[in-house]
Amino acid sequence: MSEKVLMKGNEAIAEAAIRAGCRHYFGYPITPQTEIAAYMAKRMPKIGGCFLQAESEISAINMVYGVAGTGYRVMTSSSSPGISLKGEGISYLAGADLPALIVNVQRGGPGLGGIQPSQADYFQATKGGGHGDFHLIVMAPASVQEMADMTAKCFDLSDKYRVPAMILADGTMGQMMEPVVLPEPVDYCKEKDWAVTGTKGKRKHNIINSLYLKPEELEKINFERFERYKVIEENECLYEEFMMEDAEICVVAFGIASRVSKNAIVAAREQGIKVGMIRPITLWPFPKKPFRAAADKVKAFISVELSMGQMIEDVLLATECRKPVTLCNRSGGMIPSPEQVLEAIKNAAGGNK
Amino acid sequence: MAIVFKKPHALTDAPFHYCPGCTHGIIHRLVAEAIDELGCEGNAIGVAPVGCAVMAYDYFACDMVEAAHGRAPAIATGLKRTFPENVIFTYQGDGDLASIGMAETVHAAARNENITVIFVNNAIYGMTGGQMAPTSLPGQITQTSPYGRDVNTVGYPIKVSEMLSTLDGPEFIQRVAVNNVKNVLAAKKAIKKAFQNQIEGKGFSLVEVVSSCPTNWGLTPQKALEWVEEKMIPYYPLGVYKDRSAKKEEK
Amino acid sequence: MKTVGILIAGFGGQGVLFAGKCLAYKGLDEGKQLSWLPSYGPEMRGGTANCSVIISDTPVGSPIVSNPDILTAMNLPSLDKYENDTVPGGKIFVDSTLISRKVERTDVDAYYIPATQMAKDLGFPNLANMILLGKMIKESDIVSLDGMREALGHVIPPRKADMLEVNMKAIEAGYNY
Repeated sequence: MSEKVLMKGNEAIAEAAIRAGCRHYFGYPITPQTEIAAYMAKRMPKIGGCFLQAESEISAINMVYGVAGTGYRVMTSSSSPGISLKGEGISYLAGADLPALIVNVQRGGPGLGGIQPSQADYFQATKGGGHGDFHLIVMAPASVQEMADMTAKCFDLSDKYRVPAMILADGTMGQMMEPVVLPEPVDYCKEKDWAVTGTKGKRKHNIINSLYLKPEELEKINFERFERYKVIEENECLYEEFMMEDAEICVVAFGIASRVSKNAIVAAREQGIKVGMIRPITLWPFPKKPFRAAADKVKAFISVELSMGQMIEDVLLATECRKPVTLCNRSGGMIPSPEQVLEAIKNAAGGNK
Repeated sequence: MAIVFKKPHALTDAPFHYCPGCTHGIIHRLVAEAIDELGCEGNAIGVAPVGCAVMAYDYFACDMVEAAHGRAPAIATGLKRTFPENVIFTYQGDGDLASIGMAETVHAAARNENITVIFVNNAIYGMTGGQMAPTSLPGQITQTSPYGRDVNTVGYPIKVSEMLSTLDGPEFIQRVAVNNVKNVLAAKKAIKKAFQNQIEGKGFSLVEVVSSCPTNWGLTPQKALEWVEEKMIPYYPLGVYKDRSAKKEEK
Repeated sequence: MKTVGILIAGFGGQGVLFAGKCLAYKGLDEGKQLSWLPSYGPEMRGGTANCSVIISDTPVGSPIVSNPDILTAMNLPSLDKYENDTVPGGKIFVDSTLISRKVERTDVDAYYIPATQMAKDLGFPNLANMILLGKMIKESDIVSLDGMREALGHVIPPRKADMLEVNMKAIEAGYNY
């Protein structure tokens, strides 16, 4: 087993990607994720890989599209405004059923916004993030260890289902250092029967494409793709339950918000309040199952978010509005404090008397 | 019986969808002939644009990738960086290459990305029905310049070959036309050279092909070719704009 | 020790993040749970910088230290900003060369170290941060001084071995102050 090392979340993603076999990285500088590019710039030339700083996020995602068409593992990373620019390419990747990894180390928005951590790209990540009918596999790490592990996982799932995957992190996750055990280097199958590699005169030409001018044909392909999404929803949902056994209040949070919430939950438990947390790890597919079960048991849900309330809509859908769901949030780059979450828990438990 | 004429192997049997008199067919053929003669079909990966040639992926028999509008050089970069030994080419129109994809074009050229770019300049957006292109001539009437291109409000056409040849990066830039036999033969030579350069590892090679669009120019195919000669070529002079290796040999 | 939240704050360029990193690596070597979180952005270039380090026997929840158990202030704005956030019973370390005022709180332990002056006198003017780190280690039980050289080895590359010794000297100077 590898030893424990101290790494920034951004660096852990970069190293884990290399260990997952990724040898192509394309990006454009933007805070707070630039360490990923810097790491790749240092390492890729030494291992026969390719690091290229593209002229824009748009170009970077299309370079990704080019490599993805060959069946090789490839990634790009950016932060919120840059991800919007990549939206076009992400839609094309999805439309052409190409595997790839996109990392979004979120910052406050909209517009140029700010550079401090945020979770306000939840809708963008989970509901498409580009035009047309599609989903990404979206994973939300809550530690540097998960930044590394999810990078490997995202490459595997993306390959397996031919669906682009996204790591939805935030500025805190990217910048913080924690001990991490890096995954062992792996090889992966590069030979894919759909990839463009040159026909070598041995087969009919392969075409990487998302254009279907006949609507009935496009509809058929979309239906087929959603059948695949269904399989992903059935098999790949990930979540963590924290102190949920006897919980009467259920906090829902992902990423940095879940870290803050854990402090609040421990503090609330010390005050005798039965509270727990469901932490969605995959944001798409959203893990509906534990919410259905919890809706029968708990009195209320609290969605803790670094946004004006985005995941809360999925909580309402997953619980079928059977129990009240309140929002505990900060926005624009601010992070809820454990005290703020504790207040929300107390209110949900029957109010501060 | 002796075969005197046949379709290049690098073209599929799919019938072209191009309008009568459109010169895309000729240019496709020239690209395919170059691929045949260089024996690189099995190694070639082409990138099709958005525009009239959007379905080029059905016509070329090699592996093909369909790009988003303007992004072909970025995609070609990804392909080339994965398979340096393969022959990677893009086939793009003027809206695709010189308007929405200008950044991708300029930067691929500046990086001297070892790819081949076939740039078809017909001074109009054909696919969408005849709008003003970045290369539409001053005074040219199009759907979105119904009173003629007014350079005072919409500016001047972009001379791509001249502009790119100011960069240190690219290896080879030539403008050709396909409006008569002599020009077609010269175009063939240039296109083949642009592929040959890549195989020899020389770098970014772009051939701008001055082309016609009878449908959207509102001319007969014959008149359109005359318009190329009388209007297009004087504004877009043919010739080699950059040839680094030839220059080196001279020295 | 259960969970200790440490906030090191000062001007950009004073080595605030570096001191935090050394502390974090020492925690790692001691098999502790920990997190290190820098402030990031324009303040890295001359404004105020700070970093949150949490060292704990149990898994770290929030990595943000808003109420430090230990505050190390390397300039006046940092002391002004974070003094009142420090938990009762906490410790505040002050670089008394750069901060002339005293800690106003009476429910915390205050330590005054003329770190910047000491660093100048000892011939390594950029290492006030490490002097303060040495004092922090001395006066708290977050990590021990034993094995500090090895911890520094994670942060300072081998080609700068001489730097390692100087840093170690600075830590010891602070420890023995």
